[in-house]
Amino acid sequence: MEKILDVKNLNVDFSTYNGTVHAIRGVDFHLNSGETLAIVGESGSGKSVTVRTVLQLMAKNAKITQGEIRYHDEDLLKKSEKQMDDIRGNKISMIFQDPMTSLDPTMTIGKQVAEPLLIHNKVSKADALKRAEEVLRLVGIPNPKARMKDYPHQFSGGQRQRIVIAIAIVNYPEILIADEPTTALDVTVQAQIIDLLKELQQKIGTSIIFITHDLGVVAGIADRVAVMYAGKLVEYGNVDEIFYDPQHPYTWGLLDSMPTLDTDDQNRLNSIPGTPPNLLNPPKGDAFAPRNAYAMEIDEEEQPPFFKVSKTHYAATWLLHPDAPKVEPPKSIQQRFEKYQQMLGGSVK
Amino acid sequence: MADEKTPIVQVKHLKQYFNIGKANEVKAVDDISFDIYKGETFGLVGESGSGKSTTGRSIIRLYNPTSGQILFEGDDISKIKNRSPRMKQFRQQMQMIFQDPYASLNPRMKVKDIIAEGLDINNLSKNDDERTQRVEELLNMVHLNPEHMSRYPYEFSGGQRQRIGIARALAVDPQFIIADEPISALDVSIQAQVVNLLQDIQKQRNLTYMFIAHDLSMVKYISDRIAVMYSGKIVELASADEIYNNPLHPYTQSLLSAIPVPDPEVEKTRERIDFDHKKHFSDDQRLQEVQPGHFLYCSDEQAKKY
Ligand SMILES: Nc1ncnc2c1ncn2[C@@H]1O[C@H](COP(=O)(O)OP(=O)(O)OP(=O)(O)O)[C@@H](O)[C@H]1O
Ligand SMILES: Nc1ncnc2c1ncn2[C@@H]1O[C@H](COP(=O)(O)OP(=O)(O)OP(=O)(O)O)[C@@H](O)[C@H]1O
Ligand SMILES: [Mg+2]
Ligand SMILES: [Mg+2]
Repeated sequence: MEKILDVKNLNVDFSTYNGTVHAIRGVDFHLNSGETLAIVGESGSGKSVTVRTVLQLMAKNAKITQGEIRYHDEDLLKKSEKQMDDIRGNKISMIFQDPMTSLDPTMTIGKQVAEPLLIHNKVSKADALKRAEEVLRLVGIPNPKARMKDYPHQFSGGQRQRIVIAIAIVNYPEILIADEPTTALDVTVQAQIIDLLKELQQKIGTSIIFITHDLGVVAGIADRVAVMYAGKLVEYGNVDEIFYDPQHPYTWGLLDSMPTLDTDDQNRLNSIPGTPPNLLNPPKGDAFAPRNAYAMEIDEEEQPPFFKVSKTHYAATWLLHPDAPKVEPPKSIQQRFEKYQQMLGGSVK
Repeated sequence: MADEKTPIVQVKHLKQYFNIGKANEVKAVDDISFDIYKGETFGLVGESGSGKSTTGRSIIRLYNPTSGQILFEGDDISKIKNRSPRMKQFRQQMQMIFQDPYASLNPRMKVKDIIAEGLDINNLSKNDDERTQRVEELLNMVHLNPEHMSRYPYEFSGGQRQRIGIARALAVDPQFIIADEPISALDVSIQAQVVNLLQDIQKQRNLTYMFIAHDLSMVKYISDRIAVMYSGKIVELASADEIYNNPLHPYTQSLLSAIPVPDPEVEKTRERIDFDHKKHFSDDQRLQEVQPGHFLYCSDEQAKKY
């Protein structure tokens, strides 16, 4: 499989009033051509910063201290601003987490959706507007012809989100980076948007990076999943490996925190205790250790490397070291293991 | 638990239209009526664009209602004027956590001042130290680092900004909070922490919530009663369990069938129920009680079936 995007040892710092925030601390991942990679993880763990760095859309106080971002055969970090302009919104486009900040409040939405076409494709204005209307209908804006003349504040949160999606796909990008694209949508519209993205993927082979907190959505859309914590990847693998055979205690904690329709509302929800580390002074050892019920002495001392679970599945936890003691994961996780064994016909581990 | 049926908020035939009389007129909220009881969590779910946020924003009087009434503790607040002393008093009792955390936080203000704004307006802190201490307390409550007090909103991740909005709403000790998608940008573990927190505060202070959200598993968990909106109308209203175990409206059924489940096998085989707007709406329908405590938007004819 061709790697269309390959991010190597990415490090990003922010300078702030209180000192330097080490937001991204050596992130490696790749995106295969035509696949959907989901990135999940702690709020503040660096998902948005990572993908914004790919397009070099960073805050002024950000600095890439190390790394490489290979797109086809080139390093995007070596491109000029002008070259990046040709790529952004054209070959690689992005749906931002905050729809209001990526929409221009003073421009009608029809013009905003048509704009990438006019910039990159040199089509006539009339054609661009026609295509904009089509795409707005595709993402489910009712009465698009009339509403193209409205401004962003005149739409609901979910409608704005759909407008942002329309802008991102109007040029049929090669890579689509979607940062929480469906968070503001009801589940039926969310399902329609996901179908639409899948369709786009089949039709033109778009490769997708999908960031979301909704693990249900991940289960439905992802081919592979990467889990982030405190500026690092802690686990990645195929969707089945992450959902049925998770190895990192942080991944366990996430999967165990989700309420389901059967959760008893008299009980408190499970959550991972404690707070994320302060990235002004990242800890010497494993950043998750203070919140990790399974932490060992070595976790305080040394950051765990990635251990191989399968050809496609890796996790950075000392629990996978051959000398580590066997531990008992949360009950809901054990149930996932059991289901996996059944699915595989009991043939593994 | 809710006190037996003492309403804190009563909404009566509320209509909220935009661009009235123009081609792009929107009947965002179109004649809805419901009560919210003291101490309960009232969940509001529904189609994107169905009028949930508008309902919340009308109740907290960010708009002048097109028609209808809103009562808060028995007082009609639908016509009180902006900047009047009554409005000020009422704004302290009722707070809103906004859906779009970025747009609702002033980008030029430090987080400390954003959170303390309500304290300042209502003279709730005696001096600077007390003010700072209160902000620290609030930041801790929502699991943010007090060291971040002097940062600006853009220096935070999406989920962190959302928690700033929550801290701001809690600052003035309100009785009623409208939470518009308060946890959607948080990872599931922090969602759980924030929901546990909201429930703890609710118990301590007998707070009432209107909780708007798309995550139906979470809404079921947190709500006592749930209203389902579609196209400016409430199409169904019942206890949380009743909505999930015995959904009557086809839109509710469609919504429930689309809840994503964190299990790839389940997702591969999922069958969604489609909802066809045209088939299910007619002019002779209204919200009526078809079973005790269970309200359905339907015609009198249809109501007889239950
Ligand atoms: N401009 C900035 N200045 C200083 N710190 C920043 C800035 N932008 C982001 N950060 C910090 O970098 C870290 C990573 O932020 P990022 O937005 O990537 O998180 P995220 O994983 O996308 O979280 P969420 O799920 O809440 O959106 C956070 O701790 C955040 O506070
Ligand atoms: N200021 C406004 N001017 C014109 N139309 C508006 C305005 N505010 C909202 N609307 C429209 O009113 C309808 C209801 O919007 P609202 O924001 O209440 O929806 P919602 O149920 O909160 O949706 P979401 O789940 O997407 O946030 C939508 O069709 C929206 O486009
Ligand atoms: Mg983010
Ligand atoms: Mg809304």
